[in-house]
Amino acid sequence: MSAVIEPGHVGHGEHHPGPASGLMRWVLTTNHKDIGTLYLCFSFAAFLLGGSMAMVIRAELFQPGLQIVQPEFFNQMTTMHGLMMVFGAVMPAFVGLANWMIPLMIGAPDMALPRMNNFSFWLLPAAFGLLISTLFMRGGGPNFGWTFYAPLSTTYAPESVTFFIFAIHLMGISSIMGAINVIATVLNLRAPGMTLMKMPLFVWTWLITAFLLIGVMPVLAGVVTMMLMDIHFGTSFFSAAGGGDPVLFQHVFWFFGHPEVYIMILPAFGAISSIIPTFSRKPLFGYTSMVYATGAIAFLSFIVWAHHMFVVGIPLTGELFFMYATMLIAVPTGVKVFNWVSTMWRGSLTFEAPMMFAVAFVILFTIGGFSGLMLAIAPADFQYHDTYFVVAHFHYVLVPGAIFGIFASAYYWLPKWTGHMYDQTLAKLHFWLSFVGMNLAFFPMHFLGLAGMPRRIPDYNLMFANFNMLSSIGAFLFGATQLLFLYIVVKCVRGGEPAPAKPWDGADGLEWTVPSPAPYHTFQTPPEVR
Amino acid sequence: MAVPPSANDGPRTRRLVVRLLLVVVAMFGFGFALVPMYEVMCQAFGINGKTAGAWQGAQSTDEAREVRVQFLATNAAGMVWEFAPLQGEVRVHPGATEQVLFVARNPTDRPMTAQAVPSVVPARAAAWFHKTECFCFTQQVLQPGERIEMPLRFVVDRDLPADIRQLTLAYTLFDITARQPPVARVAQ
Repeated sequence: MSAVIEPGHVGHGEHHPGPASGLMRWVLTTNHKDIGTLYLCFSFAAFLLGGSMAMVIRAELFQPGLQIVQPEFFNQMTTMHGLMMVFGAVMPAFVGLANWMIPLMIGAPDMALPRMNNFSFWLLPAAFGLLISTLFMRGGGPNFGWTFYAPLSTTYAPESVTFFIFAIHLMGISSIMGAINVIATVLNLRAPGMTLMKMPLFVWTWLITAFLLIGVMPVLAGVVTMMLMDIHFGTSFFSAAGGGDPVLFQHVFWFFGHPEVYIMILPAFGAISSIIPTFSRKPLFGYTSMVYATGAIAFLSFIVWAHHMFVVGIPLTGELFFMYATMLIAVPTGVKVFNWVSTMWRGSLTFEAPMMFAVAFVILFTIGGFSGLMLAIAPADFQYHDTYFVVAHFHYVLVPGAIFGIFASAYYWLPKWTGHMYDQTLAKLHFWLSFVGMNLAFFPMHFLGLAGMPRRIPDYNLMFANFNMLSSIGAFLFGATQLLFLYIVVKCVRGGEPAPAKPWDGADGLEWTVPSPAPYHTFQTPPEVR
Repeated sequence: MAVPPSANDGPRTRRLVVRLLLVVVAMFGFGFALVPMYEVMCQAFGINGKTAGAWQGAQSTDEAREVRVQFLATNAAGMVWEFAPLQGEVRVHPGATEQVLFVARNPTDRPMTAQAVPSVVPARAAAWFHKTECFCFTQQVLQPGERIEMPLRFVVDRDLPADIRQLTLAYTLFDITARQPPVARVAQ
């Protein structure tokens, strides 16, 4: 067994060696566990960087007036914070979880397309290197908001916008390849007996997410390509001077953008649907309805995009259609929340760290869902549009939704990944500090928005001062707390009480049948599923 | 690859990947197909204040009804022409053809090209506002200091909903000299 890597021949041969040593292991790896780890580490780095940008924003908004940064730089911070969190933190974290867990959950030896898997990860550092480098260019980085509405992002964009466009192209290619890999793995590599309706919900939600990804990431690539052509090749897709229309940009963008928000939450739904039954010591309530609800949410996500555009002047029938279609999403989402609560009902609950994050997920995501319903009401949206109420809403679905879902997953599967139990006390402290910090940061934003504070501004009216200060204190608390998570994970990787194959007594699923830490190669011979 | 050949069902996976890639290509194309679809939808339903191209048709005049039509002329950012309607407002009978004039003058010392883009408010009235002739159908080239009067002929449709008593036609004039360099007129 050679420890030396021969490029292009990693892992070939009759027997399958363990990981190669040295740095090249990570560069050349085609192992789903290695790539999962790379994705998770990358996403945490992006989370800290995007979080630092949020700290700059909250520091500037701590008091009214301009104190710390110039408005131009403030705009770059809000834009980059959004881009880093959406494309750098949340999406790669879920791809990392998918890489690690989907083969283990369906009894497959690896992902179906391991080399493409390596490529789709290594595109990300290139894409984000390019994106971050724009901050140091003449004219600064993207400053037009993460939604990059034309003509802000075309006619009035900084020169670096071309690099931004290319970075988005690379991220899109990476996501599409990741999605194709997930679909191929789930459809073709399931162990004998693992029928579709026996798959864990995490696998189901990821399968549906992957279809959303290949449906809308090409549209995002298309819209940035149109921007590129408008800027450099004299077309006028979004320029009224040449017969184009800036409103068209919003339609095409949100045709991507709305399914995108479900791409960021569906995998969390799946993970939570594994965690709650484990710590309730009951099977999941309503498995089949969960699958159909996920499918229904995915379908509806394609026909509601214009609810982001109620104030651009769409006709009354359009407002009504998009309003009712949006409200309809509350039905399958309500089914899911009902099922989670019913799973806990009369269960033997214990509150280890993953369960605490999962329960907070259910409660706080529901609050975010309700503020979403308020925003869906077209006439009310005329008041809420572009205020801090919108900021409060989507942070309530993304922070305790996507991010808490990822933390819950990390604490749930960390013993399987590292072979060690983590410090449960510190993990609970991480939960409580995150919970308090997050609510303190985002709850006052509801009131600010209803009182009329607009989003994306570096300065504000004196009457908003108190709530902004509270919000900033909460944000600093939440941000600092995430360093505790880093410490907990590093400590767990380095050592700790050895974890048994199944560290949670209520857990169910194939991933708990392999030892902890999961060996480098698992399910070389497919397991038998009854 | 750490995948035993038995587990990775080669041809089946390849077929699936090819199909998924076709979906990706189709969706990339769909993004671009949204552009003409958007134009068609806006014109078909007269939404977004977009008026259709040259209208060919005739209607009898509804003498019993009168609609106020207001005209606005605005320069886009960076445009320096003098641009204004000769009359700010006319009262028309639905069905009757009306003509108004807009004036444009190029005050600079270089030839310039301009394009006017129309918009109707209320947006839903656009479907009932027909132009038979409009300077917005073509681009305007003006020599240094040149001034022109540009005609607009229109018909307000007899089927205009009764609750619309007034509508506004706004033109925004864009400088497209860089895109369409004007041909300098040869001395006559």
